[in-house]
Amino acid sequence: MKRVYVNENRCLGCHLCEYWCAFANSGEDSITKAFKLNKEAMPRINVEDDGEIHFAVQCRHCNDTPCVKACITGALSVDTEGLVTIDTERCVGCYTCVLTCPYGCIVIDEKNGGKTVTKCELCVKNAGGEPWCVKECINGAIVFEDRGVSI
Amino acid sequence: MNYVIIGNSAAGIGCVQGIRDKDKTGKITIISDEPYFTYSRPLISYWLKNAVTDENMKYRDRDFYDVNNVNTILGKRAVKIDTAAKKVILDDNSEVPYDKLLVGTGSKPFVPSAPGLDETGYFTFMKYDDAKAIKQAVKPGAKVLIVGAGLIGLKAAEALHEYTENITVIDLADRILSSILDADAASIMQKHIESKGVKFFLGTSVNNFAGKVAHLKNGETCDFDILIMAVGVRPNTELIKEAGGEVNRGIVTEKTQAVKSLTDIYAAGDCTESFDSSVGENKILAILPNAFLQGEIAGKNMSGQEFMYVNAIPQNAIGFFGLHIITAGSYSAEDAYEVADGDNYKKLFINKDKLAGFILMGKYVSKAGIYTSLIKEKIPLSDIDFNLIKDNPGLAAFSRGRRDKKLAEFH
Repeated sequence: MKRVYVNENRCLGCHLCEYWCAFANSGEDSITKAFKLNKEAMPRINVEDDGEIHFAVQCRHCNDTPCVKACITGALSVDTEGLVTIDTERCVGCYTCVLTCPYGCIVIDEKNGGKTVTKCELCVKNAGGEPWCVKECINGAIVFEDRGVSI
Repeated sequence: MNYVIIGNSAAGIGCVQGIRDKDKTGKITIISDEPYFTYSRPLISYWLKNAVTDENMKYRDRDFYDVNNVNTILGKRAVKIDTAAKKVILDDNSEVPYDKLLVGTGSKPFVPSAPGLDETGYFTFMKYDDAKAIKQAVKPGAKVLIVGAGLIGLKAAEALHEYTENITVIDLADRILSSILDADAASIMQKHIESKGVKFFLGTSVNNFAGKVAHLKNGETCDFDILIMAVGVRPNTELIKEAGGEVNRGIVTEKTQAVKSLTDIYAAGDCTESFDSSVGENKILAILPNAFLQGEIAGKNMSGQEFMYVNAIPQNAIGFFGLHIITAGSYSAEDAYEVADGDNYKKLFINKDKLAGFILMGKYVSKAGIYTSLIKEKIPLSDIDFNLIKDNPGLAAFSRGRRDKKLAEFH
């Protein structure tokens, strides 16, 4: 399965991926609307900055899926390809997945007061196709590739 | 191959998934004394406060048994394992033969005896049926007394707060949540819960019950309509003990989850002891993720794969009235880093250049898993930028090589 990988040398730390991620998951048809009208828009990707170091992190869709195995409700699941998604209707916001994810990639949904969590779903539930963070990265710092054996 | 699983919760479901990883055709039978489709035990408090529907109590999708080709025997209790004949005997005297057996019998409430308790009547709070019984009994504004200020008692308090603000919790310990919080964190959480109207009597216990009145050892009295006993739990080890398997406080297993001193019998979940790698000793780690993982490992080994369950640590993620806690590992350490402001609290416990454990509350729970990975992977703190990570859990604190492994490689 294709996953998002980070090319740290190319990351400028512009944080544009965070904006495009929030837009892609906002349900709005323009980025202006997403930020002007929809106060719920929030990214599932996070750019870490430390001095000259910059890189974007989101769910690795890792082979081990500790978040799925730890989920107390069954809200998190993994499909046969390895895509990890969340059914927010079944999430009770216990944060066991936050405790478990070694990459810090489960995002507490502050826009609903932390009642649920959210995460990168590789844009399969929204506009589809290539993840928006990859599509809009201006320097090729995030790529969408198949680098591993399929599970 | 004929697999039989006693228990229909996280360990049992993990076992099914572990078996089906490779064995797509073997016969699987789940036996449970509860008559329900697999449901999530930790959700009973959410269900009681009407935050989760019956449908969403289900731990797996509706078609889980069909997709995984699982037979179920629900509403019947396994009363004996006949190891010689390799069969499980149920409470209606029917027999279920097995080639490989998983015991995932969980735990039961521990209710200490107190004069007048049985006459007074009480609820426990572990199962769906417990929550249903309480929901039926509780009337708006009812006076509720909860004995036990641990995870179960306080989750019951939070749920019942939907019905009444008249809730009193008592505990023998001098602080709430004594199994997962230190004194400072417990004090913050106690004040938060008290701000919702819940009253506490700590450092005391019930001397006796007289009708609907509890007389406490500290001289106080407390009257109630609903009494919930939530002092603690005990593992259900009887089946294994009677079958001749090794049992300490919980069932003792190999790292494959095979029960010591028995053949073709495995155990997983709250009924077992786990090796706590954060302190290097066997403990009962009665938490759902542990049960699932043990069950999965058991299932893989039962179906001929070879896997070991290692790296278990105590860990909890839980919230009360909107204030969240995430904790992990051990708090006995030579050094600690602490930050506190308002309801937000962070304490990192450091031992011999390793993170031993942590307590995070409020806004500090974000990205907690980064700290969990430091404990589980036993990463030397001198290998990372600890000054950065102690305030900003993230991958920036790791070496470039380690970070590339995490972010630029498939794993």
